[in-house]
Amino acid sequence: MEDERATDAQADHVLDGNAVAGMLMAAFGSEMSAIPGQCAHCGTMSMVAELRAYTRAPGAVLRCPTCAGVVLRIVETRDAVLVDARGASYLRFARR
Amino acid sequence: MLNPIPWRIATISAVHDETPSVRTYTIALPEWPGHRAGQHVDVRLTAEDGYSVERSYSIASEPERTGEIDLTVERIEGGEVSAFLHDVAVVGDRLEVRGPIGGYFVWEASSPGPLFLVAGGSGVVPLMAMLRHRARAAAGARSTIPTRLLFSSRHLEDVIYRDELDRLAAAGDGLEVVHTLTRSQPPGWTGYSRRIDDRMIAEVLDPLGAGARTFICGPTPLVEVAANALDRLGLPRDRIRTERFGPSGP
Repeated sequence: MEDERATDAQADHVLDGNAVAGMLMAAFGSEMSAIPGQCAHCGTMSMVAELRAYTRAPGAVLRCPTCAGVVLRIVETRDAVLVDARGASYLRFARR
Repeated sequence: MLNPIPWRIATISAVHDETPSVRTYTIALPEWPGHRAGQHVDVRLTAEDGYSVERSYSIASEPERTGEIDLTVERIEGGEVSAFLHDVAVVGDRLEVRGPIGGYFVWEASSPGPLFLVAGGSGVVPLMAMLRHRARAAAGARSTIPTRLLFSSRHLEDVIYRDELDRLAAAGDGLEVVHTLTRSQPPGWTGYSRRIDDRMIAEVLDPLGAGARTFICGPTPLVEVAANALDRLGLPRDRIRTERFGPSGP
């Protein structure tokens, strides 16, 4: 999967969860970059910042770095930020 | 609904050319809550007709500087915000800024070393905040954090912060800067002259050892190459942090 993505010219445009951190912070009310979550497709644990972000569409799609399955889908409208988290089995918010 | 990071009106208080295509903007923010090295801000421009565009820019200045931050911005051909900043914006202009943002790609001098930083082009900006913060923390401290920056640029004149990096590396506090120039090299150049690869990563990392904490920032292809190299060298994944800037670059 890694080699396929490396030869895809579009892969050069791929960002990561850092790029949508502001959008996520506005939605969740707190810093989300370092939050770990489990991919519902393959079980890989990644921090949100490590997900591959595709930001060409309105909003963003965050994909698992291992299996490329969609983990988070974010859409911004005038009145709200919509987050589809079905691709995450869970997100882990540690207690301080 | 809470609005935890409001948009603030910031004023450009100074502009400084780093390279022919890279410029630093000092932004005055009187109610700035402070930031951590590695964080970024979102900048929003709104036209009179209501059309708005946002971009994220890493904070270049160290947290110890209060009341203002530096944003170092590369002029991207066709880039909506960077072209405005480079071609139109002047001291006194105001920008909407939101932040600081980021809780993953951050480093404090209190973190145990050693520190391995890998940068491609403008990817050096958040790492420079880390190095400036490190220098402030090292001044007066008895222990130093062994640190190496591997910095990839196209040509010598494109090396952002070149003089300051020379000065920081000459301070004798455990920092070494290793450059690679990928497109052209000046006469007598003895440094690396190719894109970052496995062998270069291994050689530059070697003195720091496998206990190094790594931050990699730059164009996506460079980040992938460096992260994969470190993975193959056996560095634990949780010690490698990455920030991808998208296409192009050295």
